[in-house]
Amino acid sequence: MNPPPGKDGPVTSTTAAPREDVALLETRGLTKHFPLRRGLLGRVAGQVRAVDGVDLRVPARRTVALVGESGCGKSTLGRCLLRVYEPTAGQILFRDPADGGTVDLAALDEAALKPYRSQIRMVFQDPFASLNPRMTLLQIVGEPLRVNRGLGREELEEQVAELLRRVGLRPEHMRRYPNAFSGGQRQRVGIARALALSPRLVVADEAVSALDVSVRAQILNLLKDLQDEEDLTYLFISHDLGVVEYMADEVVVMYVGRIVETGATDELYGRPLHPYTEALLSAVPDPDPTARRQERIVLRGEVADPSRVPAGCPFHPRCFHARDRCATEVPALREIRPGRKAACHFAEELELRGVRS
Amino acid sequence: MLSWPRALSRKGRRDTGGGSSPEESAAREAGADPELGRASQWRLVWRKFRKHKLAVGGAVVVLAVYLVVVFAEFLAPASASATDERLTYAPPQTIQVDFSFSDGLDFYVYGYETRRDPETFEQKHTVDTSQKIPLRLLPRGESYEMWGLIPMDRHLFGPVDADQRAYFLGADRSGRDLLSRIIHGARVSLSIGLIGVVVSFALGLFFGGISGYFGGAPDTAIQRLIEFLMAIPTLPLWLALSAAVPPDWGPLMRYFAITTILSVIGWTGLARVVRGRFLSLREDDFVIAARLDGCGRRRIIFRHMVPSMSSHVIASLSMAVPAMILGETAMSFLGLGLQSPAVSWGVLLQEAQNVRTIETAPWLMLPGLAVFVTVLAMNFVGDGLRDSADPYK
Ligand SMILES: Nc1ncnc2c1ncn2[C@@H]1O[C@H](COP(=O)(O)OP(=O)(O)O)[C@@H](O)[C@H]1O
Ligand code: SF4
Ligand SMILES: [Mg+2]
Repeated sequence: MNPPPGKDGPVTSTTAAPREDVALLETRGLTKHFPLRRGLLGRVAGQVRAVDGVDLRVPARRTVALVGESGCGKSTLGRCLLRVYEPTAGQILFRDPADGGTVDLAALDEAALKPYRSQIRMVFQDPFASLNPRMTLLQIVGEPLRVNRGLGREELEEQVAELLRRVGLRPEHMRRYPNAFSGGQRQRVGIARALALSPRLVVADEAVSALDVSVRAQILNLLKDLQDEEDLTYLFISHDLGVVEYMADEVVVMYVGRIVETGATDELYGRPLHPYTEALLSAVPDPDPTARRQERIVLRGEVADPSRVPAGCPFHPRCFHARDRCATEVPALREIRPGRKAACHFAEELELRGVRS
Repeated sequence: MLSWPRALSRKGRRDTGGGSSPEESAAREAGADPELGRASQWRLVWRKFRKHKLAVGGAVVVLAVYLVVVFAEFLAPASASATDERLTYAPPQTIQVDFSFSDGLDFYVYGYETRRDPETFEQKHTVDTSQKIPLRLLPRGESYEMWGLIPMDRHLFGPVDADQRAYFLGADRSGRDLLSRIIHGARVSLSIGLIGVVVSFALGLFFGGISGYFGGAPDTAIQRLIEFLMAIPTLPLWLALSAAVPPDWGPLMRYFAITTILSVIGWTGLARVVRGRFLSLREDDFVIAARLDGCGRRRIIFRHMVPSMSSHVIASLSMAVPAMILGETAMSFLGLGLQSPAVSWGVLLQEAQNVRTIETAPWLMLPGLAVFVTVLAMNFVGDGLRDSADPYK
């Protein structure tokens, strides 16, 4: 069990072990079901259990990566945290920096939520769709400042110039429209917009997945630099485990709307405790061409349909280690050893292979 | 431990701070166009529209036609109602030019020699080259009030002597000048339905916007209303309205009333389009980003969503205007729309309805050519607008 947020210890230095860190954000049983409509009349024919009872813990000033195949509910979870989607159930506990107290963001109405909207920001996946093509960089990056702080023209220009400089863009280009810029540059604009209000938590949903490989590293490094400079906390959503290893302090693995494994990046990559994690890791390309390639574990079939989640362990139809018990009994996410949780009946006994060089 | 390739490691890379290097290298990526980056939406639309040759040609024609609408009284050699019983069905006259240069170029037309067929009593007009009717620019002619305000008697081109007549496109059954009637008819045909189009669009935008942005119960209610309105057959309703409108209103007033009433049920198509755009825009990343930026509902709608669809709305507007012209023509042709003494292209065509008339005076079909050219030009413009409406595709 996580400690009650109010009783968290004092802020420790960033070099301390993750376990002792103060959680900036915690979810309790966070759930998002989309109604599944069928037929002409749009009758609700079921529920898409996109996120199903997630307890997520994001320590301050760290990068937590959310990984899993496409369709696992990563984006939905991220969007629930920002209340882009209304959670069906559960709590989103956010430590209020003003008094150190905790608020449940899921329970606030839009007006009460407004101050927290500047604390938690989002970087989108698609740098082309996420910037209004009809607005200049000044208008795009300046929008949160204008709306929330009511800045005048001069002050606004000054702050936007500073933000653009900070993300590696030229301030003199602020009167240009997004179509003058490449994908990587646009993503920098998106990052500048996210940083405009000095947030504490940034949810980056596949922030580099749409970019050319050559530009990816630049954006990742920019994110890392900004984290140091601004004491940022990242929830880094990605399906790319190579990128995640580079970015994340902790990894949370999701499957069909649930967390199946968590742990510090090194430990989890070194020795996964859940067969799903093992399969994901086996698909990571080894950057060293001389190393002997590990055998890739090719999973059978697709990610389970979240509107028809298999009974028992949701992963059992695809799991190579499945036994009878797996088809009937749902494995709970439990602590296998300090700092490591997994949702597998046989986490202790399975010898799973990670990636180590 | 899996390692990130050396070149990407944090220590090995270049600084992102002050220098322009990361940006420069990023600029080499595909997709960036610094030229485009300085132009606003409407300049991009214009740039794309300009490349569409047919559309530009169409736009010139449409502009010219609307100039005719505005300056109809001045451009027409005569009024639409000036008759001359001696010259029924007079054929078109060709403008002759006198190159003798006595004092500049002289223009004239030959007069008619009229004989009555002894059996049918029909008038036959033949060109009488012995008779010259001199023409000039800006002659004094029939007096009129420009836009019903300024009393004037100058016309652009016509006979020097105000008592003489010239029929560049021939005359009708009562010896009225067809060219003048086409010009005056343009004013009615091209303007009277505009209010209806505007009303339709305002309603379509309003209801479509509400439906698409708010969803839920308002959406359901509006969708049912749309289905109800779409099930109303227009033609019988038109007939019923023609019977219901007070007969002592003039023909123009009656037609105006009917089109305006019908526009109240004509907004459904656009409302559906607008609703669909709103529904999809609502999920677009940049609109979600605006929400997360803290923008209020008004700002999201008017600063982000409406500009993203304004070009589409203009494109469908440009298709609605030719439809309105065709509608007027068809209704009047069938005798359901405007009627004499009102003058519109539809009314003029109605007069060319029977085969005998067309045989005697084929030029009476010229208003059809006017309709054809105008509608075609407008459709070209609409096509061009639709193709260039979203410059970000
Ligand atoms: N707005 C929505 N309406 C209905 N179903 C949705 C919606 N968004 C996502 N889903 C469904 O929820 C599941 C999880 O999607 P998503 O969160 O996008 O996964 P990921 O980001 O991990 O790829 C998918 O099955 C998807 O089809
Ligand atoms: S519980 Fe069973 S099916 Fe699920 S991951 Fe563990 S071994 Fe596989
Ligand atoms: Mg996603």
